[in-house]
Amino acid sequence: MAAVQETVDRVRQIDVDQYRYGFETIIESEKAPKGLSEDTVRYISAKKNEPAWMLEWRLEAYRRWLTMEEPKWARVEYPKIDFQDLYYYSAPKPKKTIGSIDEIDPEILETYKKLGIPLREIEALEGVVRPEGERRIAVDAVFDSVSVATTFQKELKQAGVIFMPISEAIREHPELVKQYLGTVVPTSDNFYATLNSAVFSDGSFVYVPPGVRCPMELSTYFRINERNTGQFERTLIIADKGAYVSYLEGCTAPQRDENQLHAAVVELVTHDDAEIKYSTVQNWYPGNSEGKGGIYNFVTKRGDCRGDRSKISWTQVETGSAITWKYPSCILRGDNSRGEFYSIAISNGYQQVDSGTKMIHLGKNTTSRIISKGIAAGKSQNTYRGLVTAHRKATNARNFTACDSLLIGDQCGAHTVPYIEAKNSSTLFEHEATTSKISEDVLFYCVQRGLSQEEAVGLVVNGFVKDVLQQLPMEFAVEAQKLISISLEGSVG
Amino acid sequence: MTALLEVKDLQVRVEDREILHGLTMTVNGGEVHAIMGPNGSGKSTLSHVIAGKPGYEVTGGEILFKGEDLLEMDPDERAAKGVFLAFQYPVEIPGVTTMNFLRTAVNAQRKARGESEYLVPDFLRKVREVAASLNIPMDMLKRGVNVGFSGGEKKRNEVLQMALFQPSLCILDEMDSGLDIDALRIAADGVNALRSPDRAMVVITHYQRLLNYIIPDHVHVMSNGRVVKSGGKELALELEATGYAQYEEVAA
Repeated sequence: MAAVQETVDRVRQIDVDQYRYGFETIIESEKAPKGLSEDTVRYISAKKNEPAWMLEWRLEAYRRWLTMEEPKWARVEYPKIDFQDLYYYSAPKPKKTIGSIDEIDPEILETYKKLGIPLREIEALEGVVRPEGERRIAVDAVFDSVSVATTFQKELKQAGVIFMPISEAIREHPELVKQYLGTVVPTSDNFYATLNSAVFSDGSFVYVPPGVRCPMELSTYFRINERNTGQFERTLIIADKGAYVSYLEGCTAPQRDENQLHAAVVELVTHDDAEIKYSTVQNWYPGNSEGKGGIYNFVTKRGDCRGDRSKISWTQVETGSAITWKYPSCILRGDNSRGEFYSIAISNGYQQVDSGTKMIHLGKNTTSRIISKGIAAGKSQNTYRGLVTAHRKATNARNFTACDSLLIGDQCGAHTVPYIEAKNSSTLFEHEATTSKISEDVLFYCVQRGLSQEEAVGLVVNGFVKDVLQQLPMEFAVEAQKLISISLEGSVG
Repeated sequence: MTALLEVKDLQVRVEDREILHGLTMTVNGGEVHAIMGPNGSGKSTLSHVIAGKPGYEVTGGEILFKGEDLLEMDPDERAAKGVFLAFQYPVEIPGVTTMNFLRTAVNAQRKARGESEYLVPDFLRKVREVAASLNIPMDMLKRGVNVGFSGGEKKRNEVLQMALFQPSLCILDEMDSGLDIDALRIAADGVNALRSPDRAMVVITHYQRLLNYIIPDHVHVMSNGRVVKSGGKELALELEATGYAQYEEVAA
């Protein structure tokens, strides 16, 4: 059998067995009645003890959502979603104010333990012998609709950093939330963002005060557990003047036959000289080998470089979800601000990925860089969709884009859809794109030197995505590299 | 003594076309064999079938390597057992440094043979030693495998791997293609340094030129999928003078 064919067959065999995070946690939960109405919105808001202004904000979004239609322009296909057949709120029971980690349901702690996420700070500190100089990571864990634990709160507080569930921030720091929420992704932005604005239940809130470099990596770990439940998290990160923060996000879900909806909104704001580095390793359940089940991941992520010389950098490794619809973007408003987007999107089986970025140059001398690596295997479709635009006043705007696609087998597709607009004459945009196949010759060269078929594919793919992996924080890079191997190789992992 | 490589009445097809129609040759340890012949005579097919490249169907005959049935083994298994093919056109692997590739390959082979993997310092020492003997700067090893290498650098990289893996059978497929005379001499010197009583080489070439640098013990002329004449090194010179035409008629 031809080497490539063999690889294709192996890749094809990957199904539910390969998804290591597919277990379900049996716990009691408290849910809002099924379906979506003003009452659902009121229910969620009441559950969260929200102030009246927040409820108003949600209701306004809900009313607007009723008038909107699902976007159809992406290269993805799926049956119509019945938005009345979903639960919009699910919280582990008993729901009481969690004062310490010991009050969390042990089943949930066990879940995060299985996932390898340390929620006990002691474990995080003493669990393993840590190489010198390794950074610690503060974790906010979101289970279905609520945040169950946030670690290292005290230490962060000393540095002046606020890192807490957004539901708490709405109560404790209403002035900050009011000032920033919805200013990057307005409630009217798009169908899913508007839906999120109406029903979001939790997520993370980060505020780094002027001149502070956040002393550790911040991380949120999202887990969908409950059946028929949508997860609508909302994350808001603000880096004030001269501040720096690096934020990591990870996601998994149990294996289920039905599709689950995930519609998150992430907003980032950087003031003068501030920098936010946002990294995602997304590994939602992708569905089985027949394309049944899996997460619909419809996410709006956007950063606003509001201040001069500020910087926002998105890095994503997307291996999961049945459908990915995601365009982490940067609005380069401040003069000399910079936006970056580094992406690895892997699709296998029947997965559909339509992902990319928008770099919107508004300020003078703004620069942006896009490095996208798409890998398509099985019967999947993998699309890069990107917009680079320079406003009339964005003189000397610069962009460099490189989109590379790698195909494994002959039943998958890779597509590149770049939109480029320059409205002033001093703009310089560069766009490079390549599409290649893992060739039989390359595989044969590797196996002739003693590598097994899988080792050869792994080596070639890791070489292909190297530029992006280098952008990830070290702890994540190792995880991502493993994840790439598991996603593509039938027998490894 | 068992021969290192025995090819017996080998018949090979690619799709519907038979390329080798019963090829027989025996290679013993320590020998250097040259296989010459016109384009399309089946020289490269032979090298690919020995190394296990997919896409060829063996319809008859056998290949024994150290007495074992080579055709039963996967290509990576053959490599671990000591079969090395120096490619006519070595491929590029972007993003994978040559150093990383060499270490992955050498350890994969060692693992397959049940030997312990090289530790990084031991491996580095070994590579430095071998690279120095071939005049290969360490900087070249930090670049992606063959990416942006000149023709000469690519071939030297093949010889470097040969020296590192210490295979017992080296097949050199058209090593002289695309090389100027200086590059050819450097590569050939590297090959000659590897000649040893327990290692055999099969040198596939179109031109006699290469055989001025790598002097063979035996020369075989291939035409239309068969060995049509065998002899000593003088046969190569004879061919240079008379050309392949007479053999093509013999075969037809």
